[in-house]
Amino acid sequence: MSLSEFFHMGGYAFYVWASYGLALVVLIANVLVSVWQHKKLIAYFQGKGRRARRTL
Amino acid sequence: MFVRSLNKLASPRYFYILAGRLVPWIGVVCVVLVLIGLYWGLVIAPADYQQGDSYRIIFIHVPSAWMSLFIYMVMAVCSAIGLIWHIKLAEVVAISSAPIGASFTFLALATGSLWGKPMWGTWWVWDARLTSELLLLFLYFGVIALYNAIEDKRVASRAAGILAIVGVVNIPIIHYSVQWWNTLHQGPTVTKFDTPSIDISMLIPLLIMAVAFKLYYVVLVLMRSRREMLLRERNTKWVQDLVEVQ
Amino acid sequence: MLLALRRRAEIVNPLLFFVLVTTLFPLGIGDNPSVLKIAGPGVIWVAALLSALLCLDGMFRSDFEDGSLEQLMLSPHPVSLLVIAKITGHWLVTGLPLLIVAPLLGILLSLPGKAIGVLLVTLLLGTPVLSLIGAVGVALTVGLRRGGIILSLLVLPLYVPVLIFASTAVDAAAAGIAVTAQLYMLGAILVLAFSLAPLATAASLRISLS
Repeated sequence: MSLSEFFHMGGYAFYVWASYGLALVVLIANVLVSVWQHKKLIAYFQGKGRRARRTL
Repeated sequence: MFVRSLNKLASPRYFYILAGRLVPWIGVVCVVLVLIGLYWGLVIAPADYQQGDSYRIIFIHVPSAWMSLFIYMVMAVCSAIGLIWHIKLAEVVAISSAPIGASFTFLALATGSLWGKPMWGTWWVWDARLTSELLLLFLYFGVIALYNAIEDKRVASRAAGILAIVGVVNIPIIHYSVQWWNTLHQGPTVTKFDTPSIDISMLIPLLIMAVAFKLYYVVLVLMRSRREMLLRERNTKWVQDLVEVQ
Repeated sequence: MLLALRRRAEIVNPLLFFVLVTTLFPLGIGDNPSVLKIAGPGVIWVAALLSALLCLDGMFRSDFEDGSLEQLMLSPHPVSLLVIAKITGHWLVTGLPLLIVAPLLGILLSLPGKAIGVLLVTLLLGTPVLSLIGAVGVALTVGLRRGGIILSLLVLPLYVPVLIFASTAVDAAAAGIAVTAQLYMLGAILVLAFSLAPLATAASLRISLS
């Protein structure tokens, strides 16, 4: 099928692309949030460790 | 020897390292499969003679629905293992799975809605399958809420685990709802015991996306479990050494 | 349960709530008898659900707060038995009064006679299930400060199948079609809940008190 047919999706463009777009956003957001949470946790532990060493 | 390696796996530190090494590899395979599945489903597969191109939503909708059920079962089984044998890894995997399962349930409901509107004229109908899938979303939310409400995370895992197990009764209701009741949602086409009644050119991309979604779940649950394990083990030496090295 | 009888408010409150909610609906929806007939069974059942939910807190919380719950759990009797006693107490105080008042409410909402009969059967089969499932929820949240809100979130999704089978049964009875399927399902749910809920509740209590 041609590129314009591809985008048009036989008239159902909104529904098809909204579905795929939603899936992309949700699945990628999950990964990004998980990575960010992990990094934040490690940074927090490092902060705690530094404070503990300073008070010794 | 197998039992010894299982025991080793359950050790938090070993799990953290092993999972960390596996994630990139599985992730790459997952992305490749997604790209193949998308191309096959969106370009190669022909348009349906009844539904035109809108049926292509199936390649997101059905794998998401399958994942919503599969992840709940994994969550329930891991909760049971954690409750019976007190294995920390099982508890961690169970709670790490919950938001992923909730996301897939949401996607199944939303893409189902987007498919239902052009095809059957309605965004929503209170039939057995849609209602029980919506219940599944609430069950996931309940598990997450209960876990977050309890301070001591060991107690929290066990409480959330019991809730997850109690909610398992919903899963067969969802799966068999289209057989037990006359619903608007169509009947089973893939998981019947005789040959599937879907065309092979559409079945292949569907299965590819299903496998891709499973791999995505594995990657994400490993990532989340590593972080949760760090949190639970924060007072141990291996975590403190690890953090210093970073 | 004796305590509940002494604090008469504990019986009257859920009953009053049940009656009030059911009365509010015709006032809100308009007193068109055909509309009430359609909405009636569902309304009565939702009201039953909400009043069961309202009283769930009382099942273990006061014992938890004064420390007697731990004492009860340490006793030589199996915890499941204690749980069944508590659940029965809850049901006698919430479910049973509902059964008594339901025919009156059926009349208020213009339900036909057969439908009222089926309504009573569904309430008889269903309200114990509400108490049983609710017990698991309370046991899981008894130690939490604002447990009441989470309790509703946890318990309502589990109540929904009961609601669906019960209200479709009464609807079918009002329309004159067979109700045996729904009643069997309600019976099955009751048996399942009765055999499993006490165990789950006991396990949850142990976890909450740990």
